[in-house]
Amino acid sequence: MTALLDLWASLPDVVRSTAWILIVTVAVILSVAFTTLWERKVIGWMQLRKGPNRVGSIFGLLPGIFQPFADVIKLLLKEVVLPSAANKWLFRVAPAITLIPAFAAWAVMPLDPNLVIADIDAGLLYVLSLTSVGVYGVILAGWATNSKYAFLGAMRSAAQIVAYEIAMGFALVGVVMAAGTLNLGDIVRAQEGGLGSWFFIWLFPLFVVYLISGVAETNRAPFDVAEGESEIVAGFHVEYSGIAFALFFLAEYANMILISGLTAVFFLGGWLSPFEGVLAADNPLAQPGFHWLFLKLFFFLTCFMWYRATFPRYRYDQIMRLGWKVLIPVTLVWIAVAAVMVHFRVGPWSAN
Amino acid sequence: MFVQILFYAFSAILLAAALGVIASRNPVHSALSLVLAFFTSAALWLLIEVEFLAIVLVLVYVGAVMVLFLFVVMMLDVNIERVRGGFIRHAGLGLVVAVLVAAQMIGVFWARDLGVDATLGAPPLPDDYSNTRALGEVLYTQYVYPFELAAVLLLVAIVAAITLTLRQRPGLKPQDVAQQVAVRREDRVRLVKDVDASGTGPGAGRDASPRGGEGA
Repeated sequence: MTALLDLWASLPDVVRSTAWILIVTVAVILSVAFTTLWERKVIGWMQLRKGPNRVGSIFGLLPGIFQPFADVIKLLLKEVVLPSAANKWLFRVAPAITLIPAFAAWAVMPLDPNLVIADIDAGLLYVLSLTSVGVYGVILAGWATNSKYAFLGAMRSAAQIVAYEIAMGFALVGVVMAAGTLNLGDIVRAQEGGLGSWFFIWLFPLFVVYLISGVAETNRAPFDVAEGESEIVAGFHVEYSGIAFALFFLAEYANMILISGLTAVFFLGGWLSPFEGVLAADNPLAQPGFHWLFLKLFFFLTCFMWYRATFPRYRYDQIMRLGWKVLIPVTLVWIAVAAVMVHFRVGPWSAN
Repeated sequence: MFVQILFYAFSAILLAAALGVIASRNPVHSALSLVLAFFTSAALWLLIEVEFLAIVLVLVYVGAVMVLFLFVVMMLDVNIERVRGGFIRHAGLGLVVAVLVAAQMIGVFWARDLGVDATLGAPPLPDDYSNTRALGEVLYTQYVYPFELAAVLLLVAIVAAITLTLRQRPGLKPQDVAQQVAVRREDRVRLVKDVDASGTGPGAGRDASPRGGEGA
């Protein structure tokens, strides 16, 4: 074991970071696969159904565990239909454009006190700019398909994402003010000192706004007007089939996991333990680590499914009203409040 | 060496994308080429270690401005032939711009001959240097008034754009959301006693159920 660790340490930086990139990417892809299964199970339970329970079971345990793989194989074997009126090149490129930012943003995610692939100073801005690039995939898919329904979905999505990005950005301005840094790892470190200094308490309105905008940014229910299967069939991906459709699916779930992780990092202290300061410092429960981030991420991810199972879809004009007239004013007010708190050293800012 | 290869690769892509903006027949393709041009410029800026500006370029121009641009371009039914027709008419203006750009470039090289070398690039920065912090410090101390003025200017532009497009047409029936939200069950649903006392009517025995009240 130590020999292996020595070998790992002796590798050049390029090799090690490439290995980490591979590990994180594969982990995200596998998480996406099991998130789809988890979503169907959770919604099934909420609606008094069983959800997938046929494909694969290990000694009668975990029925349905191989459902995601069955789905992927099915989608891979299906034909990708290319509409004759479509813009061929953009039609093919669009799914990749949605997918790449969803994965690239993981580069700055602080997974552990000592583990982040790229420890860059402007990490938060990097995440914001990447998530804003993801919308191109949706717009281009809608336009390149050359169909009314797809185009309507793309238009809705563009307006919605631009609106909620502003609310999201403002919510993060509050986080940056509280933490005094744009580096995600340092934002987590700024929340050290137990449950009481996590930002979700002190920036509660911003936390709520960020959560809502996160759901809107990922085009998930109740903000999924871009898909709107009851009025525009499936919106921007109406003509996509087979693996091209699967890529959109993959991007949507990867984005959900990313937003859940970012919410944990910005407002719930990322890899910090909630028992820090309550239990003795040498207690294993008080130690920071990846498992805490995982638990928080999993909680928010399950919330995404909960929303989908319980809320009806918003009407388009209501989405716009909520974004512009409710969320943005709320963030503006709370940024001012946060500024006062920072200036007079209230709460977690009393120490420094 | 590696950085130089990257620089030339990105520059080549940037030039190709810039050509694509003016050469492609489809306005959506032009807009997309412009997106690519912004992206590669951001990559070039990263090479000279101005990561804050590079990321903000992607965030603002690629993430917001160009999305709205695409939005408009896709909605407009641009008549390509008519736009092409203006080529000769605007050729003079284009020529002036081209000459100006060429003069600026020559100026940079001419300055190098005089001893002021702008092509060398900045010296490498220390490891703990954060240009986000440096930019913030200058922007909010030395240049705070111009910065605030620019913000006010943008606000005026927003207000102006909204007032220009806001039309108060008579006869519209917009929804009053506050009124919609304030509605209570009592305002809409009224429960009545079943008047059919014989017990054979359709509403018999259902007067306590909500459906019985809804029909009334």
